[in-house]
Amino acid sequence: MSTSITKSATGHAADNTHAVRRKRDALHGWGFMAPFLAFFLLFLIWPLIHGVIMSFTGKSLTGANSAFLGFANYLEALGDADMWHSMGNTLYFTVISTVPLVIVALAMAALANMGLPAQWLWRLSFFAPFLLASTVVSMFFTWMFNPQLGLINDVLGKVGIPPVDWLNNPDVAMWSIVIATLWWTVGFNFLLYVAAMANIPVQHYEAAALDGAGGWRQFFSITLPQLTPTTVMIVILQVLASLKIFDQVYQMTGGGPGGATRTVVQYIFESGFTGYRLGYSSAISYIFFALIVVVSVAQFFVTRTKPTRKRSA
Amino acid sequence: MATQTLATPRAGRAPARQTPSNRPGKRIKPSRVIATVIVAVLAVTWLVPFAWATITALKSETEAAATPITIVPPSGFTFDAFAKVLKEGNIPAWTWNSLFTSALITAITLVISALAAYALSRIDFRGKKLLMVGIIASLIVPPPVLIIPLFYQMVAFHMVDTYWGIILPQVIAPAMVFVLKKFFDQIPHELEDAARVDGAGRVRIFWQVVLPLSRPILAAVAIFVFIGAWNNFLWPFIVTNDSSMLTLPVGLQTIKSAYGIQYAQNMASALLAALPLIVVFLFFQRQIIKGISTTGLAGT
Repeated sequence: MSTSITKSATGHAADNTHAVRRKRDALHGWGFMAPFLAFFLLFLIWPLIHGVIMSFTGKSLTGANSAFLGFANYLEALGDADMWHSMGNTLYFTVISTVPLVIVALAMAALANMGLPAQWLWRLSFFAPFLLASTVVSMFFTWMFNPQLGLINDVLGKVGIPPVDWLNNPDVAMWSIVIATLWWTVGFNFLLYVAAMANIPVQHYEAAALDGAGGWRQFFSITLPQLTPTTVMIVILQVLASLKIFDQVYQMTGGGPGGATRTVVQYIFESGFTGYRLGYSSAISYIFFALIVVVSVAQFFVTRTKPTRKRSA
Repeated sequence: MATQTLATPRAGRAPARQTPSNRPGKRIKPSRVIATVIVAVLAVTWLVPFAWATITALKSETEAAATPITIVPPSGFTFDAFAKVLKEGNIPAWTWNSLFTSALITAITLVISALAAYALSRIDFRGKKLLMVGIIASLIVPPPVLIIPLFYQMVAFHMVDTYWGIILPQVIAPAMVFVLKKFFDQIPHELEDAARVDGAGRVRIFWQVVLPLSRPILAAVAIFVFIGAWNNFLWPFIVTNDSSMLTLPVGLQTIKSAYGIQYAQNMASALLAALPLIVVFLFFQRQIIKGISTTGLAGT
């Protein structure tokens, strides 16, 4: 062992010229990158390119008819009412889920920040659902939403509210998904808020308290403004996450009733694997991708208008 | 002296959390009582789905489906549903599949991401800027966009219904590369220089100097990746078909339709699937919460 060390030491001393060193750095750099790059190219970049290629063909899962079709798939998708419906559902879900997922998380974090008793208990209960697989969440809520045997309608019945058909009423189903999603993932946003609040200097509050500011006043004049960068980040992450929704919907309603909750990702999945139309499905994938890019770019410019140094992620 | 210790005794247990609202003098403000009540109600509400699933799983099938619904069933609780699911179902096999694939995904992700992060953080080489831009740009790609071509690729590789088919596409975590890079950036160069003077090469420095110093962030990344892999639904759902190859989340989905209206067994299965991570969480609560807060923003 020790001999090998001395050997490499003398080796280093010899090749310390500039050119040799640069060559060695290049070798090391690409060497260290190589394993990641191999996976990156094989399982991200190539499928990404292959998807574009497929979207211009009539390729099907059975292997037949992979002829070049030009923009036919895209044109068909843009005229496909089901595609637009699923796109609308996705945007609808994104809006009605992001608002509560941010506001409830903020409220929870503000309460947790007050130094009330039994901290660990509600932290645990707010965050624990985040550790569950989507399937578990869907099973819990499908059962609680059960119109006849479910806990929710039972409790509502006791206060005189007529039973709701949570998952089979097209006007209600998406809201039911939002309730389940809120329960499942609000803990994540909650944690991000808690971490951000812990970083607000206590002196701000002390000064405000000396000036006679009460709890509400302190929250709106200190906590909320100080949290603005965090809120922006959380909203961005939440919008992007909500746009990708698939699991809960597929598991709880299967996209029903009558397509009322079918989202874009499910439509991609169904046209590819149920309809066997890989080419068409790829075209919808890239329309969806375009939507994500537009939203990301828009958010990038919105957040950039204030030139602060919060490039945290 | 005693009166000078301003922060309330309780604050000692939850440092950094306390705000001026618990200043001494005004001992029990009504606002705090209200806040406590709200928090208690919220916390209890958040536990209801767990509790209700547990109660249902401990009933017999007949009582689980009986109206009016009861909290404590007339004939008492039973472990029948758990026993039946464990004996007849595929839960043990699926748990193993989930454990094996998630562990391997975590290990591979950690190794390749740490190597890449080190190169991006410490080594000057031609093409590095381009790589950075490419990897950052890839963060925008939503995984669902890739499922169709990736599945097609898996068919070509004969990896459908195999562990590798589940694992390999899940090991690319560009966000984690940047989390690690950010951490490596903060390690003082002097430490590496000292090792270099002692004759250590790059690999050795990485292995014996950088990695040991990075344990906390490696743990945080590992936790984050593991939870993500353990709970991932879409990709394993696409790439597996054979009932013996399913992961827990995907397997549960098939149970739901197969058992139909056997509510107690449904809930027992869901709880058994949730159990491993909940136990892990109870043991490593602090590390997990810290890990999520540090890696989370860059994550999802």
